[in-house]
Amino acid sequence: MVEIRGIGVSNGIAIAPAYRLVEPDLSFEKIQISDTAAEKERFRAAITSAKGDLEIVRDRATEKFGAEHSAIFEAHLLVLQDPEMSASIEAKIDEGVNAEAALEEISSNFVAIFEAMDNDYMKERASDIRDVSQRILEKLLHVETMDLTTIDTNVIIVAHDLTPSMTAQLNKEFVQGFVTNIGGRTSHSAILARNIQIPAVVGTSTATEQAHKDDLVILDGAKGIVIISPTAEEIAKYEALQLEFEAHQQALRPFVDKESIDAEGHHVELAGNIGRPEDVELVVANGADGVGLFRTEFLYMDRNSFPTEEEQYESYKTVLEKMGDKPTVVRTLDIGGDKELSYLKLPEEMNPFLGYRAIRLCLDDKELFRVQMRALLRASVFGNLKVMFPMIATLDEFREAKAFLLEVKEQLLSEGQAVAEHIEVGMMVEIPSAAVIADLFAKEADFLSIGTNDLIQYTLAADRMNEKVSYLYQPYHPAVLRLIKMVVDAGHANGRWVGMCGEMAGDAVAIPILHAFGLDEFSMSASSILPARAQLAQLSQSALAQHTDSILSLSTAAEVEAYVAENF
Amino acid sequence: MEKQFKITSPEGLHARPCTLLVAAVTPFSSDVKISYNDRAVNLKSIMGVMALGIPTGANITISAEGADAEAAIEKAASVISNENIGEEA
Repeated sequence: MVEIRGIGVSNGIAIAPAYRLVEPDLSFEKIQISDTAAEKERFRAAITSAKGDLEIVRDRATEKFGAEHSAIFEAHLLVLQDPEMSASIEAKIDEGVNAEAALEEISSNFVAIFEAMDNDYMKERASDIRDVSQRILEKLLHVETMDLTTIDTNVIIVAHDLTPSMTAQLNKEFVQGFVTNIGGRTSHSAILARNIQIPAVVGTSTATEQAHKDDLVILDGAKGIVIISPTAEEIAKYEALQLEFEAHQQALRPFVDKESIDAEGHHVELAGNIGRPEDVELVVANGADGVGLFRTEFLYMDRNSFPTEEEQYESYKTVLEKMGDKPTVVRTLDIGGDKELSYLKLPEEMNPFLGYRAIRLCLDDKELFRVQMRALLRASVFGNLKVMFPMIATLDEFREAKAFLLEVKEQLLSEGQAVAEHIEVGMMVEIPSAAVIADLFAKEADFLSIGTNDLIQYTLAADRMNEKVSYLYQPYHPAVLRLIKMVVDAGHANGRWVGMCGEMAGDAVAIPILHAFGLDEFSMSASSILPARAQLAQLSQSALAQHTDSILSLSTAAEVEAYVAENF
Repeated sequence: MEKQFKITSPEGLHARPCTLLVAAVTPFSSDVKISYNDRAVNLKSIMGVMALGIPTGANITISAEGADAEAAIEKAASVISNENIGEEA
């Protein structure tokens, strides 16, 4: 038995064998073959076996996301069975080269051809060829293919880190949870784990070293505990906790159809955060009143080129149609800082969080911005779209971004394209300068949405990716609370609604404070919506509001927490 | 035997149109080729076809030789017209 600790980032208990997701060893030597017929047979067998795997991947993708999303695997199957490529490889084998070396040589020739093309789409095909060759090589070397979509028994994923695309492939039916070596509460793998509602522990440092293939693992996603090869008593204890957790979840189910109102009948909006169109399913399943934050940068990540207008249009349309009349707040591209794109080379910066990112980048590269804006506005007719801009620091930025949106709208209308008539245009308040002059912004922006993850790090000047200063990441710091109160008041004084879309909006300690301040919209991970609605039903705004002055006069974050524990 | 087509799909013969066409002719036993700009490649080879980089507006020729040559070309022609990939020239 080994117990390790990490950061619990997605609640729940999981008990299942470990599935180690580690880079496979694909090294081989080039050797001389005498029985070339047998070697060709071995090569063909590898193709057949890889084909079987890919067909499973394709069918799963079709089932889960629809035929259009499995098209990529259809293309991979054709590459795998490409007669020209296999003929060239077999010709190499005939010269006495082993299958691994022949495959490597021929496929890298093809990769080079595609990489040399001056067309982004074609360049992307080079990575398809690499993916497919790796599948064949794994079969030749009898290395187990690390393919999340082929998992068909209950497992807990143990990995160094999970990329958003890996997380998106997780099959919830079998993947009971995951543990990673690195990451924190606001890392993308953590956010996605909450979105798809599986328990997760990140930042364990050593999970991949401690857990071996098929070791039984217990995961407590609330406390951040990971137990490898547990004793019978521990299994029994956690099985009981698991039942308790499920009973609690069950008890929350009735809140799916309930209105988001407090004990006095005051309504607030409880909305969900999403990163990809498919995340909207869970937001709907948890009875959200809307989507309060669509992080569109996820549409740009894990690919080799920018998503086209058409691709983005389809994504936005999917979400807007699913949400219907309920609001969908889309945040325009927020890239830079800790979020990088492999195909967009940005210069190295000393302080990326204070640098060239988000709206700064979009206003500088209008053609990039235009593609997203066109896709968004064209999709606007399918639902209740609201647009907001990230990282606004000055009024000029907001004015320029809004004017650009209107310019693109005019352009679309003159092309004869349909665009919704009334689209609210708002902004994120995540830079202290914007919070301080929120009254000026509220005269021009249709709504304000407070992004606490960044607002906290900028207010306390503490990089949220730096563990040495993570103690300064304090949502309840009096300065943060006072800024939030200022923004809410400034919005209301100008007749605007004010929302919050950071992690804080779903936090049980923060919710009574925010409700006391009169926050209109709380946008959170899908899994936090029902607990928040249940909590809200117990609160009374008029009673809470009497505490506002006392809360705002507290001196430290610890005092705030103690005050909430004592009074609410 | 052979047939000429003009590609009309906006992205040219890339991505989905290319996948559909290659998948459609692969089951036939005949040799099926596609030519563009005096270069002919095996139409059953997705990489060969994509490497041609056929843009929208291009004139292409599909030819086939073998027992089911006619059926193969008919199949290719029906996919091209049904999926709005192009039109017979």
